[in-house]
Amino acid sequence: MQGVRRDEYHDGHAAFEECADRLPPPKGRDVTGFLLRRLINYVALCLIATFFAYSAAALTFNPLARYQMRNPPPPPEVIENLRQELRLDEPIPLRFLHWGAGVLQGDFGETITGQPITMELWSRVGVSLRLLLIGTTLGIVLGVALGALGAIRQYRPSDYAGTLFSFVVLSTPVFLLGILLQFAAIKFNDAAGTTVLYFTGETTAGFQGGFGAALLDRLQHLILPTIAIAFTQIALYSRYQRSAMLDVLGSDFLRTAQAKGLTRTRALFKHGLRTALIPMATLFAFGFGLLITGSVFVEEVFAWYGMGEWFVRGVQVEDVNIVATVTLFVAVLILFSGWLSDVLYAALDPRIRL
Amino acid sequence: MSGGVSARSAAVPGSPVDPAAGATATPSRGRLVLRRFLRNKLAVAGLTVFVGLFVLAYVGPLLSPWSYTDQDVTAYLQPPSADHWFGTTQIGEDVFVRTMRGLQKSLVIGLLVGVISTTVATVVGTVAAYFGGWVDRALMWVVDLMLVLPALLVIAILSPSFTNWLIMIPLLAAFFWLIAARIVRGMTLSLREREYVQAARFSGVPPYKIIFRHIVPNMASILIIDVTVNIGQAVLAETGLSFLGFGVQPPDVSLGTLIADGTSSALTFPWLFMFAGLFLVIAVLSVNLVGDGLRDAFDPQSTSPRARRRWRRGGRPR
Repeated sequence: MQGVRRDEYHDGHAAFEECADRLPPPKGRDVTGFLLRRLINYVALCLIATFFAYSAAALTFNPLARYQMRNPPPPPEVIENLRQELRLDEPIPLRFLHWGAGVLQGDFGETITGQPITMELWSRVGVSLRLLLIGTTLGIVLGVALGALGAIRQYRPSDYAGTLFSFVVLSTPVFLLGILLQFAAIKFNDAAGTTVLYFTGETTAGFQGGFGAALLDRLQHLILPTIAIAFTQIALYSRYQRSAMLDVLGSDFLRTAQAKGLTRTRALFKHGLRTALIPMATLFAFGFGLLITGSVFVEEVFAWYGMGEWFVRGVQVEDVNIVATVTLFVAVLILFSGWLSDVLYAALDPRIRL
Repeated sequence: MSGGVSARSAAVPGSPVDPAAGATATPSRGRLVLRRFLRNKLAVAGLTVFVGLFVLAYVGPLLSPWSYTDQDVTAYLQPPSADHWFGTTQIGEDVFVRTMRGLQKSLVIGLLVGVISTTVATVVGTVAAYFGGWVDRALMWVVDLMLVLPALLVIAILSPSFTNWLIMIPLLAAFFWLIAARIVRGMTLSLREREYVQAARFSGVPPYKIIFRHIVPNMASILIIDVTVNIGQAVLAETGLSFLGFGVQPPDVSLGTLIADGTSSALTFPWLFMFAGLFLVIAVLSVNLVGDGLRDAFDPQSTSPRARRRWRRGGRPR
């Protein structure tokens, strides 16, 4: 297919270049303006996305159903009161504006059982961010390392092992991976004769002890969920990094770098890896969306009370405010990661900067 | 008349899709790709396994005396045996038949979502790029907006209103065409400027004919790969939603609901979820292998071992 882009869709090249197309042509030293424009665009997308999620939830959810189905049924006045309190009779845009005005003042509304959301929000954000940040950092670092190594050692046993790992992990849903890890943990704990790895909750309930002991306890709870969430990321990034690195390995500039006297290792690190990382920058944003979806399952399987678990509860009890709050959180994270990858792109690729 | 002109212009020798070439002595591109694909043992194995799973999912239940709602009151929570090949559940349901039923659901949903989403991506991507202007901007804005929210969240929000599992197919498809549409758009932008497309346009061929006769065939490779990638992803998405209780609803089953039901007692009665999990991984893995094989078959240069090995040997200073 002369002239047409090569079909390395899954290995990401077409996707990379496509994303790169969205970046404007280099314009002087206007990188700050460029990043600012992207930021404004992202904030607008964030607002609209949250509005859509809020409307969808408000349309499909019927929070009163649980009360109406109670036996004996509650008096009609109680239902009517609840309807008033939840503002179910108002048009949805109005309800959204009311909720949005509260959000701007730091008040995310109440759950249908009357608990203020803001109180619970920050502890849940903390739990989720801990998982997401560690998971994504590990995923990127190990994934890039594994992929680059696979490319350098192409068609050797270690490369095949890495490819096999990515294929199997990418074919295993996160929730199944979590359950299997719990299996493994039980076997491991049995072998060790004591509980080394915990797989429910983020701390032991009612834990007493000093700072060091508490930290160790948290670490013991953290290991399995982190593995579950990082594995998929490692597998994904290593596939893309391997193919990006293979392209770079065949390039002339790398041969030139060696011809002018750099050792192979230096050439690979200074010229190879850096060039191969550029297209990865756009992928990180995409991978982060996947990570958030994954964290819903991980929190559900390992009983972590984070944002993902909250979302699942919110849909189950048909609570619009909880769902809208989590959606806003997710949209902000995804768009922030998108913006961050723009920044990374600008940092790695001098053509954007100059 | 214009149709004849454009057909001939598409058959310019050396053009990627050359309908006339099949009849002549040189092997057609399609046959070359097929030959390369068949040489890839892993990919052929993947295809065989995937087709085999489909057959098994539909024929398997016929071989068993049980149906997926039957309850065997003489066997509660029994491990696999001659009567119940994969064991039974707490209320005596046959795990084998339920697993096959779940496999049917997951495979059908995956296959249809893959095909539908790629079709949508093709139409949206080509239309956006071919017409450009505000059509392009509007369509791409929609794509950008939909990419902001993970499909899982939106479908979960809508799930309380589901009455039939078939609704999963259009809903999942609605979120799977986005990235492919961007790629198709990018390719169409370059294809649009080709001589044979220009020639067709100036001889008065209507746009939809140009798109489907001259542009789409030239990206057939990427579209076929996209279908396989989407099938795997759709199966994962469907089972994930069903696992959380937002997808296929009881009494019907999917691999996701089976795994969810089995997890509570996974450690003592592993047969409750093990088989569903195994079939799920095998199904997705086989599709992924097919996709990988297709990519290599369509684009032999993407992994050319010899060229790279030469660089490695020659490149190492001695």
